[in-house]
Amino acid sequence: MGFFARWFMSTNHKDIGTLYLIFAILAGVIGGAISGLMRAELAQPGIQYLTTWAAMVEGQGASIDQAYHLWNVLITAHGLIMVFFMVMPAIIGGFGNWFIPIMIGAPDMAFPRMNNVSFWLLVPSFILLLGSAFVPGGTGLGAGTGWTVYAPLSTYGSQGPAVDMAIFSLHLAGASSIMGAINFITTIFNMRAPGMTLHKMPLFAWSVLVTAFLLLLALPVLAAAITMLLTDRNFGTTFFDPAGGGDPVLYQHLFWFFGHPEVYIMILPGFGIVSQIISTFSKKPIFGYLGMAYAMVAIGVVGFIVWAHHMFTTGLDVNTKMYFTAATMVIAVPTGIKIFSWIATMWGGSIRFTVPMVWALGFIFMFTVGGVTGVVLANGGVDNYMHDTYYVVAHFHYVLSLGAVFSLFAGFTYWFAKMSGRHLNEFLGHLHFWMFFIGVNVLFFPMHFLGLQGMPRRYPDYPDAFGYWNHIASIGYMIMASSMIVFFVNVAYAFIAGRKAEGNYWGEGATTLEWTLSSPPPFHQFETLPKID
Amino acid sequence: MNATLRTGMLATTLAVAMAGVGYASVPLYRMFCQVTGFGGTTQRAIGQSAPGAVSGKTMSVRFDTNHSASLPWTFQPEVKREIVKVGDQEIAFFTAKNLSDKPVTGTATFNVTPNQAGKYFTKIQCFCFTKQTLKPGQQVRMPVVFYVDPAILKDPAANDVEEITLSYTFYPVDEAKNQS
Repeated sequence: MGFFARWFMSTNHKDIGTLYLIFAILAGVIGGAISGLMRAELAQPGIQYLTTWAAMVEGQGASIDQAYHLWNVLITAHGLIMVFFMVMPAIIGGFGNWFIPIMIGAPDMAFPRMNNVSFWLLVPSFILLLGSAFVPGGTGLGAGTGWTVYAPLSTYGSQGPAVDMAIFSLHLAGASSIMGAINFITTIFNMRAPGMTLHKMPLFAWSVLVTAFLLLLALPVLAAAITMLLTDRNFGTTFFDPAGGGDPVLYQHLFWFFGHPEVYIMILPGFGIVSQIISTFSKKPIFGYLGMAYAMVAIGVVGFIVWAHHMFTTGLDVNTKMYFTAATMVIAVPTGIKIFSWIATMWGGSIRFTVPMVWALGFIFMFTVGGVTGVVLANGGVDNYMHDTYYVVAHFHYVLSLGAVFSLFAGFTYWFAKMSGRHLNEFLGHLHFWMFFIGVNVLFFPMHFLGLQGMPRRYPDYPDAFGYWNHIASIGYMIMASSMIVFFVNVAYAFIAGRKAEGNYWGEGATTLEWTLSSPPPFHQFETLPKID
Repeated sequence: MNATLRTGMLATTLAVAMAGVGYASVPLYRMFCQVTGFGGTTQRAIGQSAPGAVSGKTMSVRFDTNHSASLPWTFQPEVKREIVKVGDQEIAFFTAKNLSDKPVTGTATFNVTPNQAGKYFTKIQCFCFTKQTLKPGQQVRMPVVFYVDPAILKDPAANDVEEITLSYTFYPVDEAKNQS
């Protein structure tokens, strides 16, 4: 099988998983570099670089408004890239494709060709999003609507093809994810090995099953909402335009009906990965397995009925706010079950502080910090003050940039040798972890202070009083960015000089089916299905 | 059909159904607002009469008028503020004038603040229920007949309301944009 046939026409779940991981790493580098631009600009009060960059993009004589528009474009691109082209492809497309079939004892995914379409839709989608930065989007080049694409900014507020391209990019990414979700649901329901009942399935498989249902229920609503944006923009409909009887707030309801489940889509597979790792390196089965599985189901269900907590300042009445505050706080219960069950798994266990284990422990710490600020923000009254401040930015970066991303690194270091057949360097792995851990905390923790002091999101400039903590945050970014050099050196080292990995290199404690195979696994596994007793 | 294909089809159906729910939310949202007064949506009681003042309670009603920048009209209430008896039928007049030399059609959107008063602010007749066409230079007086439902006094979320602001915004009717 030639290179082209193997990688471009692939129907093999492991190869497609690898493609997803490579894609996610590339997108992550781009999205991360964009946040580097933003942190460089925000390191000092005043406008440092933005006008220069605007002149580079728009040509000499770019106005200050075009520079501000560029800022909006950077923010939009960072958000969309990290959500749709980094976290989701890596955690669902990458690890999901690689390990769901293996963990449930299946030879491949249920619809291998559709799996190929899912991946290859992401490529044109990403190209459309990147390409939108070079066509007019209103005040300047590119789509500057934020990842939420709120009307009316995204309708008559942004003339030009950039926003249309960004919307179409979301359509393609959404179609890709919906097809992936159908594939995972069908695989998990129909292709489990004999004896692998749902209640014996590894928690990672449970987490992807719940995630697939969230994708299936949430993404079509986003697709409908952004299609309405598209027709409002181009075909004279007025779904979100009061002049024709529409309501822009309806867009926010539709967006967040998707957007809130979306944050669980990004974190639930991380829960699954962390559960596998904690269990492996404590040499114990996970504490409260059924509780862990159904806590994820509960998070998924409740995640659909809390969306308006993103809209506390849109003029909801007191009773509505009360409901959404209470419902939001209820999510802390199943989440607490998970946190405490991880701790109970480690309790009395024979713990090994390997690289994936420290990432998993880092995940628990970071996710708990982000969860606590989430409970603060859940209060409708408090949110009147915090809405659109850096406190919110700190909150969602603690749960996503640090929660989801820590679980990605945990999964990557846990399974890298399984996927590649070669070990990463243990010392470089720990060095990467500690630099990243310190870097992101220095980067994001001060944002809590800035938010409490009232610094609003999405501005390239701020009063001098906010300068101190912004400067420190930018130093944190540099620590984090240099840790990524260590990471890439480590990956290169593994491919060049890494030790060869045996089948079950983590030894006792690693009990799921991928550890019964060689590293890397054979191109087609389980030609005779494994039996689970 | 084998089990795998069946599950795949069911999942696909679910996704398509959710896209339908997304579109269905447009009329559902409008109905929800009309029924609950959500977001200060006022009530309609065309052809009915007000229950009459029962409690002797009064309330202040302010009138707020706006128009789209692309509508060449002036649009003003005749009085900015009125004290009304809760339950009594009231009438308020607004004047609009077409400043352009072409006939222009406009339509008004409306709501009340505070939001929880929407359920109790009932219009019997309003210029905002229909489109208004003004000839070049024409000036019209437009009435609104309304009452404040006495049930507001029994609602714990709304019985501290002492002033209701009724706000109108006139938009030009672009015949190409007839979806509503």
